[in-house]
Amino acid sequence: MTRHLLSSADLSREEVEAILDTATEMHDVQRRQVKKLPTLRGRTVINFFFEDSTRTRSSFEIAGKWMSADTINLSAKGSSTSKGESLRDTVQTINAMAVDALVIRHNASGACQQVAQWVDASVINAGDGTHEHPTQALLDAYTLRSHLGDLDGRHVVIVGDLTHSRVFRSNVITLKTLGAHVTVVAPPTLMPSGIADWSKADGFATAWDLDEVLATGDVPDAVMMLRVQRERMSGGFFPTPREYTVGYGLTRPRLTALLARNPLALVLHPGPMNRGLEISADAADSAASVVLDQVSAGVAVRMSVLYHLLAGSEGAAA
Amino acid sequence: MSDVLLIRGAELWGPGPDGMPGTGARADVLVRDGVVAEIGAVSAPKDAEVVDADGLVLLPGLVDLHTHLREPGREDAETVSTGSAAAAAGGFTAVLAMANTSPVTDTGEAAERILDLGTAAGLADVVPVGAVTKGLAGEELAELGLMARSRARVRVFSDDGRCVQDARVMRRALEYLRPFDGVVSQHAQDANLAGPQACCHEGEISGRLGLPGWPGVAESSIVARDVMLAEHTGGRVHVAHVSTAASVDVIRWAKARGIRVTAEVTPHHLALGTELVTGYDPVYKVNPPLRPSEDRTALVEALADGTIDAVATDHAPHARHDKEHAFADAAFGMLGLETALSVVADVMVQPGRLTWSEVATRMSVAPARIARLASHGRPVAVGEPANLVLVDPAARTTVDAAASQSLSRNNPWHGRTLPAAVVATVLRGRVTARDGRALTAEEALA
Repeated sequence: MTRHLLSSADLSREEVEAILDTATEMHDVQRRQVKKLPTLRGRTVINFFFEDSTRTRSSFEIAGKWMSADTINLSAKGSSTSKGESLRDTVQTINAMAVDALVIRHNASGACQQVAQWVDASVINAGDGTHEHPTQALLDAYTLRSHLGDLDGRHVVIVGDLTHSRVFRSNVITLKTLGAHVTVVAPPTLMPSGIADWSKADGFATAWDLDEVLATGDVPDAVMMLRVQRERMSGGFFPTPREYTVGYGLTRPRLTALLARNPLALVLHPGPMNRGLEISADAADSAASVVLDQVSAGVAVRMSVLYHLLAGSEGAAA
Repeated sequence: MSDVLLIRGAELWGPGPDGMPGTGARADVLVRDGVVAEIGAVSAPKDAEVVDADGLVLLPGLVDLHTHLREPGREDAETVSTGSAAAAAGGFTAVLAMANTSPVTDTGEAAERILDLGTAAGLADVVPVGAVTKGLAGEELAELGLMARSRARVRVFSDDGRCVQDARVMRRALEYLRPFDGVVSQHAQDANLAGPQACCHEGEISGRLGLPGWPGVAESSIVARDVMLAEHTGGRVHVAHVSTAASVDVIRWAKARGIRVTAEVTPHHLALGTELVTGYDPVYKVNPPLRPSEDRTALVEALADGTIDAVATDHAPHARHDKEHAFADAAFGMLGLETALSVVADVMVQPGRLTWSEVATRMSVAPARIARLASHGRPVAVGEPANLVLVDPAARTTVDAAASQSLSRNNPWHGRTLPAAVVATVLRGRVTARDGRALTAEEALA
């Protein structure tokens, strides 16, 4: 296993599967009355969040605590530039306190990769700008796998603001690593630049028309709806929220069409959801929705990641 | 140091007395009282300092249309003195210092201050570039005429770092500068297409990395607008740091049409590609951004065929603490003065795309002409000012960022081995640098 988790591309199929298998053990721990494991006793994990987050931060915090690590949360809102301190100075200051792992969320793409060059601690990317969010992709894969079994040959459709989505960028890598087929759907203004060459090189499909993807071709096993950020709505990426929903929302008719083709299809959303915009209440609350499973898997997967990066090779949940 | 300098047996690649391209003929060049006194087979006067130039290339001193010396305002990153040292070490005898200092060079007094700092440093002629608009704000014209009439005799005006966005302001500047024979050096970047967050070339790599992209069209659309404004006004426009194939096409078209447009390219846009940003190392963050190979090929061809007139460094020193941020937050720019000639040798001369005579044109004669510098970019001929650079074309050097004369270390060439080395730089008959090191004041006077 690598020392850091910076990108989903850092993990081989064997490593992803090992993390997901351990996460299954961790998930069992989660269901016990006493959830504490001694595995990371004496280790220090800093959750260093340069950007607001509720679920990812609490999920990492709980994961660390259940593993008996000393978990400390730090937030540094706004870029360090505004404080006159360089990112390097900021993280080296924390690193100097002999921490074992730095879980970093940053508003700038690539920040975790840079930090990893400046510190001895293991760096875990908890979301860097519009680049990647590897633990989100792992928990999504965990959720999919727990419902669908092996993901080989499964078809996952990812819909929404791809340009600004780190969830998409990590998911497309991890899903591919596990052998799934991926189709990404967005209006042209929310497709990342160069995606034509990129998708060809990495072997995933792109489409502008969601209805066509749901109705024809490869039957979707899961549809992942991405959050549309408020600031994009007035940014000229699409005319109005109403028009977005008509083109790209998982509306009740679209959910019906999806389930008509595949009654076992799953609906995922990384949260927080804009109900009525990218996902209808019907879809969010339907039996097909595994949104809360994703949250629950988040803790187990992050326990597993901490374990694989920090602990020895002895049994995890012993 | 002696006032008489004899350069023995150099290959003369600068333009000759008739202005015709140099052919590399071997000769001795005697320099006395700051001018070239004799060329041919010269026996050394007994008071002369003799430089053995066997196998070395003699060019007119290089002229850089585009440097950032950071003084006044950011003397922790560079000063006129340290920037001049880097210039001399790199073979330059004149550098144009961009106006985006703090305060901005937008008055005659500010321009004279830069000129005087350069004179005091004494290692290169430091020629101020004047701002086009007050405070680089893009709204009201700066005191263009007063800068032109000042002792600094400003002829090149630029809001570099920012583009003159407003077409009406650009038009007025081009018109107003006509009596002074001034030129607007435009940083072509449509701010609506490439805003301040745009930090690398927009393409597959920016898409994968999740970095806000800087599309090539944000440059070429402004270049297209500006050449039309130059045609309309009869003014002179210079395109700073051209980075795309489409901009080159527009410039080629405009020149064929007789529009008064010139252009420069940086060594890094010739040699370094957008794929370097993959590791998010801010040393490769520069504006305009490093481009893909299709653009670089077009830039190399355009420099070879003369569509691009000049090589300019865009030497942009930054303190470490302004670079060691997340990529999106880090400062734009990279060092260039000390490595420019070697990069041009690597990309243009060794593959046979430019002769040394053409290097003299692109790095000295043309930039001096664009900036209207009377005593630089001159023929290597009797009676001409002795602004010269002596180059060892066979040398190979591994760049060490720590060894730079600049105060800053944002050097993208660190660790690379490059051909050709500056053996000596001569400013008005005085040696200002030897073997890549600028002389200290004591050495220069010794």
